[in-house]
Formats: sequence, C-alpha cells, structure tokens
Amino acid sequence: MTTNSGIGASVLRKEDARFITGTGGYTDDLSLPGQVYCVFVRSPHARAIIKSVDTSDAESSEGVLAVFTGEDLRSDGIGDLPCGWMVKSKDGSDMLAPSHPAIATTHVNYVGDIYAMVIADTIETAKDAAELVEADFEILTPVVDVASATTADQIHENVPHNQCYDWELGDSAATEAAFANATHVTSLYIVNNRLIPNAIEPRAALGNHDPASGLYTLYTTSQNPHLERLILAAFVNVAPEAKLHVISPDVGGGFGSKIFVYAEETAVIWATAKVGRPIKWRAERIESFQADAHGRDHVTHAELALSGDGDFLGLRVKTIANMGAYLSTFASSVPTYLYGTLLSGQYKTPAIHVEVKSVFTNTVPVDAYRGAGRPEATYVVERLVETAARELGVDPVEIRRRNFIQPSDFPYETPVALTYDTGDYEASLARALNLANYSEFAQRRNESEANGRKRGIGFSCYIEACGLAPSQVALSLGAGVGLFESAEVRVDVTGSVTVMTGTHSHGQGHETTFAQVVSDKLGIPFENVTVVHGDTSKSDYGLGTYGSRSLAVGGSAIATATDKVIVKAKKIAAHMLNSTEERVSFDEGIFKIPDSNESLSFGEVAFSAYVPGNFPIEELEPGLSEKAFYDPANFTYPAGTHICEVEMDPGTGTTKIVSFVAVDDFGTVINPMIVEGQVHGGITQGIGQALLEHGVYDADGQLLTGSYMDYTMPRADDVPDFIVDTTVTPCTHNPLGAKGCGEAGAIGATAAVMNAITNALEVKELAMPATAETVWRALTGE
Amino acid sequence: MVDITITVNGASHSLSVPDNTLLSDLLRENLRLTGTHIGCDTSQCGSCTVELNGRAVKACTLLAAQANNGSVTTIEGLGTPDDLHPMQAAFRDNHALQCGFCTPGMIMTAIEMINDATEPLSADQIRAGLEGNYCRCTGYQNIVKAVLAAQTQLRSA
Amino acid sequence: MYSFNYHCVSSTAEASELFDSCESAVYLSGGMTLIPTLKQRLDYPTDVIDLRAINDLQGINKENGSIRVGSRTCHADVARHHHIQALADLAAGIGDLQVRNCGTIGGSIANNDPAADYPAALLGLGATVHTNNRDIGADDFFVDLFETALEMGEIVTAVSFPTPRRAAYLKFPNPASRYAIVGVFVAETEAGIRVAVTGAGPCVFRATTIEEALHRDFRPTAVEGLSVDHSNFNSDIHASQEFRGHLVTEMTKRAVAEIS
Repeated sequence: MTTNSGIGASVLRKEDARFITGTGGYTDDLSLPGQVYCVFVRSPHARAIIKSVDTSDAESSEGVLAVFTGEDLRSDGIGDLPCGWMVKSKDGSDMLAPSHPAIATTHVNYVGDIYAMVIADTIETAKDAAELVEADFEILTPVVDVASATTADQIHENVPHNQCYDWELGDSAATEAAFANATHVTSLYIVNNRLIPNAIEPRAALGNHDPASGLYTLYTTSQNPHLERLILAAFVNVAPEAKLHVISPDVGGGFGSKIFVYAEETAVIWATAKVGRPIKWRAERIESFQADAHGRDHVTHAELALSGDGDFLGLRVKTIANMGAYLSTFASSVPTYLYGTLLSGQYKTPAIHVEVKSVFTNTVPVDAYRGAGRPEATYVVERLVETAARELGVDPVEIRRRNFIQPSDFPYETPVALTYDTGDYEASLARALNLANYSEFAQRRNESEANGRKRGIGFSCYIEACGLAPSQVALSLGAGVGLFESAEVRVDVTGSVTVMTGTHSHGQGHETTFAQVVSDKLGIPFENVTVVHGDTSKSDYGLGTYGSRSLAVGGSAIATATDKVIVKAKKIAAHMLNSTEERVSFDEGIFKIPDSNESLSFGEVAFSAYVPGNFPIEELEPGLSEKAFYDPANFTYPAGTHICEVEMDPGTGTTKIVSFVAVDDFGTVINPMIVEGQVHGGITQGIGQALLEHGVYDADGQLLTGSYMDYTMPRADDVPDFIVDTTVTPCTHNPLGAKGCGEAGAIGATAAVMNAITNALEVKELAMPATAETVWRALTGE
Repeated sequence: MVDITITVNGASHSLSVPDNTLLSDLLRENLRLTGTHIGCDTSQCGSCTVELNGRAVKACTLLAAQANNGSVTTIEGLGTPDDLHPMQAAFRDNHALQCGFCTPGMIMTAIEMINDATEPLSADQIRAGLEGNYCRCTGYQNIVKAVLAAQTQLRSA
Repeated sequence: MYSFNYHCVSSTAEASELFDSCESAVYLSGGMTLIPTLKQRLDYPTDVIDLRAINDLQGINKENGSIRVGSRTCHADVARHHHIQALADLAAGIGDLQVRNCGTIGGSIANNDPAADYPAALLGLGATVHTNNRDIGADDFFVDLFETALEMGEIVTAVSFPTPRRAAYLKFPNPASRYAIVGVFVAETEAGIRVAVTGAGPCVFRATTIEEALHRDFRPTAVEGLSVDHSNFNSDIHASQEFRGHLVTEMTKRAVAEIS
C-alpha cells in the first residue's frame, strides 16, 4: 500500500505520547487501595549455612504485617524456581539443577540471596523491621572464580564438582583431522566479561488477591507475562493458572533481565493472600545489581585451523560458562544452544567442535542478556578471524571474503546444527567498507600517529539466530515450552482494529510496528489500529519478547491472523456484491469485482459482519475476528558487518571511538526509524562491554561493582554518532520476510571494538573492558 | 512531620509529610505525579530530574522540606499531547525514546541545558551536558539529535 | 532513610546552637553526598539542620586580590564566575548538571571526599576557609580521609581564593562515578608554585617534588620522567596505585601545558 504509514515507513511511535508527557504507567506507578510494602532481607555473605532465622522482633514491630522465611513458603507447598531448558551432557546425562527456593531455607549462596521478607505499612517501617531479622549464619568459603570452580568446594549437595553439565556440539573427529592438516593455527584465550543488565526501570511487583473470586493479580515488570503465569502456576504452585492474572504494563527496558521468573514477584504474589492486602515491591538499584540475572561470563580457549592460503579448516572451542549460584529460568540454554550453534559465523568452516562446561559459583545467577550466547560466539569467531589475518599477514577483510558462505550456498547447513536460509554477507561488508572509508584508513592512522595518538580499525562480521524458535526444534533440544507466538486481530464494528499479541513491548515500539503491518495489509488508517499486549487476560497464550523474536514470530502471527480476516471479509464482500469469493479483489482497503464499478470499503464489510443483515449467515458466523498461532519453520539469521575505528591517547590509555559503522541485514524492515534506534542501543551495549562495563567480585564473593559508583554505564559522551545502514535479503520462511533487529548491535559491536583496539595497540589479546589502565599497561608493557 | 507549601506545575499544595520524605516521594506518592521516575539510589541515573526554582535537580536527592516554598515543574507540567513543549515534540519526532523510563528526566535536563546556554550548544556539549542522565535503550544518538532540533526551535522563539 | 528531625535555620548562630542541643546532628548544605548516604542507611543522625535559609552564606564577591565564595554557593554558580577561570572550570566538571545545581562548596570541603575536586582548588590556590569561629588555611584544613580541621558543629561560611597568576585543573575521572581518579590543580601564585592532587591518595595533598621541578622550569617537560611516590595511593578496580602515580605526572604535565 502506498501510504506513509505502512510497511517500510518511518512512522512516529504511538506509544510516545504517554511517555513524553509523564503519563506512562510503569509497575511502580500503579497503586492499589490498602497496599502495603515489602522488603527482602538479603544475605551479606556469598556462601553460608542458615543455622536459624529469628523473626520475632521484626514481627512485633509496629506497622509490620508479617515476616516470612523460606520455611513458610515451603510448608505452604511453594515449589522451587525452575529452569526451563534441559541440557544434556555429552555422556547423555541430564544437567544437574540445584534446588532454588524463592526464599532460601538451608543455605544462602550469593550476596543478595533472600532469606526473609518483611511486609509493613510503609517501606521505611519494613526496612526498620528487616534490620531486626536475626540470622545465625555459618560462613563457608565461597566459590568465586569460574575457571577453577570445578575443583573448588562443592556448593550444592547434588552437584559434584559444581558442574551443571559438560556439553558438546559438532564433529570432534573431523575437527581433530582438520587441525592435523592445518598449516597455521591461531589460538586465543578469551574472557567474556560479566555484565549487569541495568534496565533503567528497576524490577517491581504489585500483587493482589481477591478472596471472593480467588483470583490473584500480579502486575510485574516482565518481558513475558504468560510465561510468568505458567511458571508460577504450574511449577511454583502459587495458584492455578486460571486463577492467576499477570499484567506487565509499561516496562522500562528489559534486555533479557526481565524474562526470568524471580524470587521477588513469586514471594509477593504468594504473600498477598497471606496478609490479605495488596503488596508492592520495587527494587532499589543496589538490589538490581544483586538480584537481576547477570550476563555473559565465559572463559574460553579457542583455536582456528587454517590452510596456508587462509582458508578456515576447523574451529575448536572449549568454554567454561558461569551459571552463578542457581539456574535462572533459561540459563542453561544460553552458553549451549544460543552459543555453540553460532560458531560457524558467516563462514564455511567445514569442521567445528565446541565443548561447554557450565559451573556454579557463589555469584548472582547468570542468564540471557541482550544477544545471549550469540555475542559470546561472535566474539570468539571474530576475534579469532581477525587475529588469524594478522598472523598470516592477510588483510582482515580479504580473509573474511575468502571464507564467506556465498549467496549461492543457501540454504547452508553449518557443522553446528543450523541451516541458514538466506543472506548476502558480501553486500553488507561492501557497504560497510564504503561507509567507513576503509581505503583511506592508512592515511588517517598516519595523521593520528603524527598527533601522538594510536589509531586502529576492527571488523566484526556477525551472524545471529533469531526469531526464537521452531517449537519442535526447541523442544527436541530441551526447551520446556514451545516458542510459537499468538495473535488475535479483532475488527471492531466501526472498522477499527484491535490487535492482541503474546509478545511484550518494553521499548521496542510494537504498538507502532504491528499497527503498521495490520494497517498496510487491511488498507485502513494506521491510527485505527490499536495493539494490546502484556495482559494474560487479554491476549491468548504467548511466549513474550526476547531473542529478537517479536516481529519475526509475533508479527508473523499477526500477519497470518490478518490474512484470515481478509479471507473471511472477502466472503462477506462477495455476498454483499452478489459475486463469488474468487472474483473479489482486495486492495488498499477496497473490495472490488472485475469489470464493475461496485466496491465496498473495509469498514462497510466490517459493519455488515457485526450487523449481519446483508450477510451470508447460512455459510458464515457473524463477526470479524481471527486468531493465529504462528510457529516458525526455522530460526531467522540476521547478519551484517560492523566496523569500528578507535583513537587512543597513550598518555592516559583513554580510548575514543571515532567512527562506528553498522550495516545489517534484517530482512524486510517495517519501520526503519525504530530499527535504527534498536541498532544504536545495541551497539552502545556492545561498546559498553568492550570499554566500560564489568561485574566484578572479590575473592569473598562481594560484588565490587554493586552500584553506579563503580559499574560503568555508557553515558552520552562515551559514544559517538553511529553510521547505520541496512541491506535486505528477506527471510525465506515467514510471511513478513523479517529477521529481527533487537540484539544485532550488542552481538556485533563488541568484537569490532576489541579488534580495533588490539589493532591500534598491536597486541594479540586484551582483557575486556579495555579500561584506561588496561590500555596503558599494554602500551607501556607493564 | 514537617509542613510544606510547594507549587507544583503551577498549583499550590500544602502538606504535612514525614521529615525524611524525599521530593520524589512527595511528587510520586502524595501528588501522584508518577512521571518523575526512580532509577537508582546514588543520584546518578537522572530519571527523577525535575525543575526546582528554575533549575534542574534530582528529586530523589532532595528532601521534600528542601523544596519548601519552592516551585517545581515536572514532566506533567510541560505540555499536553495536543500542546507539547518543543523538547517533548523533538523527542517524539526524532525517536529519542524507546522504553520511555528515562525520558522525563532527559527532557527536564535538556530543557535546562538549552535555557542556560548563552551560545548554541554543539552535539558534543549536549552529550557532556547529559552526563547525569542514563539511557539504556537509545544509545543517545537520537536524544542528541532531538535536543539539537529543539534547541533550534527554542532559540528562534 | 531512618527517621530524623528536620530543621531549617536562618543563621549560623541558630544552627550551631541547635547542633549542640541535638543528640547527633548533621548539617545539610546541598545534600549531594548526605542524602544518598542517608537513603542507603549508612548514617543515622537524629537531626538534620538545613542551612539553605541562611542568606549570608550565598554568593561570590571580589575582594582585594581574591574572591570570596559563600559556602552555600552551588557549583553551577562558581562555574559561571570567570574571575579565576581554573576554579570555574573545576566547578563545571563536578558531578553533573543537576548535581552542580544543588551541591555546594562548603558541603564538598567539609565532607573532604578523597576523590572530590574542590579540595584540590583550595590547596592549589592556597585558599582560606572561613568558619563561624575562625579562618583556616587550606594547608591545615584537609587532614585525612573524610577528615578536616573543622570542630564538631563548626560551620564553613565561605572560602577565599587568592587570584593566581595562572592556574589550571585537570581531572582524570573515574569512568563510573566521574569523581576524580586523579585531579591535579597547578597554580602559580604570589607565594610560588603550588600543585595539589586529589583522588590519588586518602586525602588531597601537595606534590612537593613536582612543585620544585616546576619552580625551576614551568614547562611540561620539567615534569617528564618525574615519578611520585605512590605507595600510599588508593587502589581499586578502576586504577591501581601505579596507574594513579602515572596519572599524577601526566595530568600535571597537561595542566602545565595549558597555561605555559
């Protein structure tokens, strides 16, 4: 359709009106009559036995309604927080999952682990009482270092060597053979630094229980309210699914950290019935640091086998991944199926073998953070490729070109279980080289040198698997849930449309993008389409938003449901036009018959559907509302090239990003403005990992970066303007041709930055984040 | 308890609040102006930025009592969807927000930055001026673009 | 925050009298450190005495060869007063825009955070701290980590900064907090060369070996190769003692380059 609001148009966002006027409704903005407040009492120790918890003084404080311990939940039948993905070790055994109670009963296993909750009439009263909860701890030596975790003290009774699983993927023998035939082997030791997600809205929960109906209502900061409901009902036993209503209202960013089902909302919704009052909790930022699942945290030995000409022959990767103290909701899948499967990158590496040991430590649980496994994989591949080029004296661009999967190779089956459907990696690379003015880099480098500065350029040709996920593939790999998405396209009597989606928008702009899709397909004004999400009582079961899946899967469900609406509407139109369905065309919102002047608008047909006077009532049910459950046939494979150029001040070790180019192939783009915004944000998080961000524990398991005083968030003056462009190879297997764009920036950027820095410094390896001191030491050799 | 008289978005309020009440609590809980957000405990994220007596301040780092007899403008006092402040409009027009949580604070800081400047600010100066406001979504590029656009409009007005 | 009694006073006399009568009082100036401290329950005063209504603590005045900055003058106002440009520059780099609108010079120096900027200016310029009881020279004012020469209940009323012949302040900020990892204030004053360093150690200090070198030759090259004893320096995840030591020389060199 040829309007300025359909597919491909940079339409301004519907959701902005409330956000720029301060009228959004985030969880902490909501209040219920009679609500009380909850404070969690958290372990100051990284590892300890709880010998006793005395709540009596706290309970008898004025204004305190209740103090609960883990025993109270356990004796009430509240189950552990489950991990939703079963990963098997290479010997076929199931992963080992420790018990994970919402409130600890026998042991605390990280600083911040909850051992009691206090409910009082004000927050300050609850905090006062929390200080009166007396716990007798027997302090144990914590396990903090990931690399030595398997030989350290055993944390959990049922997990010998602290090892969750020892997983592998790929052909070990073929890979060994490739290395045996190699002319050159490039090897790297890589630490993928722990990151702390830091959505600016802290997590929050507001629970209510209606004794008359038995209905529990939980408002919470969730990326996937239906999944929250399923887990709290089916696994944690808070309430039967039908009696649990989860609403995820406006949510201030997630980046993965709000996928998971956490202790806090579990305890809040359970306790609300116990005290008979609505309960509100909002994390203080210190709690976000101590209790939101962290990201990344891998230690890896990686080797690339090459021929003398620079052909990739084999890739061998051994990773130890930190799970933290317990298994968070999807933790097990991140360093396996979202990591090992991506190690082919954009290349025709014929043999790949990856082994991943996941281990427990006395640290905050680690789970998916923007990109989730794919940034780690990209970092391994792209650091190796760049290093190999340097070692062989080959241009880093040429070595990539030489090994790219070519457009004619699709569908391409990788040695690590994926089948890429489409792509054109050379196209993105060529565009990016052009935008980065690569041919004149040497000149710019000379200018920097003349000014006493070091300059470097780095590349990252990433690929990701998005659009999670084909349900049967996911289920066969251990997922506990299918990963389809639902949609309902409900045409109103007057012809406006309400769209229900099971995905959730917490910054992505679904209210706009999805409305564009529907308005485009139905030929009705964009303003007439309203998107509803985040409420289990409004939309059918859905899986939520993560893994860059919302448009590719959720949008495809919406497109499919919209097509069903059109099919039915054509039947109604045919009746109204005294014709047959086959003869009715539908274009730009108008139903027509060939060689006839008669036509009907979409609104007229909608009206007839609900006021069915002139309506084929014997063949069709009245009404015009259709549902679809879309299960993707494959993952989608966004890919692209990022090029970063840095300049460094040798006197202080300070790194400045002087240029950053990202050319991405996201398939069909619905709203270029929104897509660019997603890329900007992702790149900034990727740069954050490379230069600024690091979750650091000391040997006692105390989080040294536990506030914004020590954890470096990227600020406006830490990043430049990015040059962003797209190329398009439409996804071959979904109705929109869309691939997903939410994570790409974070996946591609980190490797590009570190390749640029190591290029400038002429060093092989450098730890992230590349702080001033790290750079200064590399330069001075100290 | 401490008695406070305060003008918020042009309306005068007299209230009695506990001595340790923060200005942000008074706005959010007592006056139900929830556009002023709380994102951290250490006075860094800037989501709570409001204008107090003509200057941008972090409402989570001031006692309500410190604003006694003062005049506060919050995001709700800037403009309505039909009559937006140029900075609000610029944020929308330049896709300078995603989740929207940091947005009210960003807008309040940006307005003061522009109002304060004797000369037009460069993009770099705007980036530096936003030091006290964190955004995790946008990568800041479109925020800078929006502030530049609003600056042009505000300076010509 | 724990509960406390809030008071707003209109004179320093009233403030100090009240202070003495309270079990454990604190003064509230800008509150940029105090309020976050109270919010995190790291301090629990019975009484908070707000100094904001004391009129004569505000403002900047030129005096004979110096400027007098009222203790409740906020950083933003100091940043706009260009008589001593290095001082204005320093103030313009404290915290962020919102913090500069609230935070005050008196509050900053009374707190004496080892990474605060103002102590470097006071020590570098040889300023005088005026209190409700006496005048204290900057060399005597900053005693140790979070410790000053102020007596219990004593109130900073103003700081007088002699106008230097030339001066510059350069800070290498902590990337997270943006406090100084190392900040160096270099000044050529009537009394000679003064180099004050903040952030590096537990308390602001004068780098005397650097001062001597610059006294002989006020050029960046004079500092080249000079090493400072960093054995007492701070060390954290953002910078080791050694790196801080390097930055002291490097920042000095750059500050000197700005004004030579």
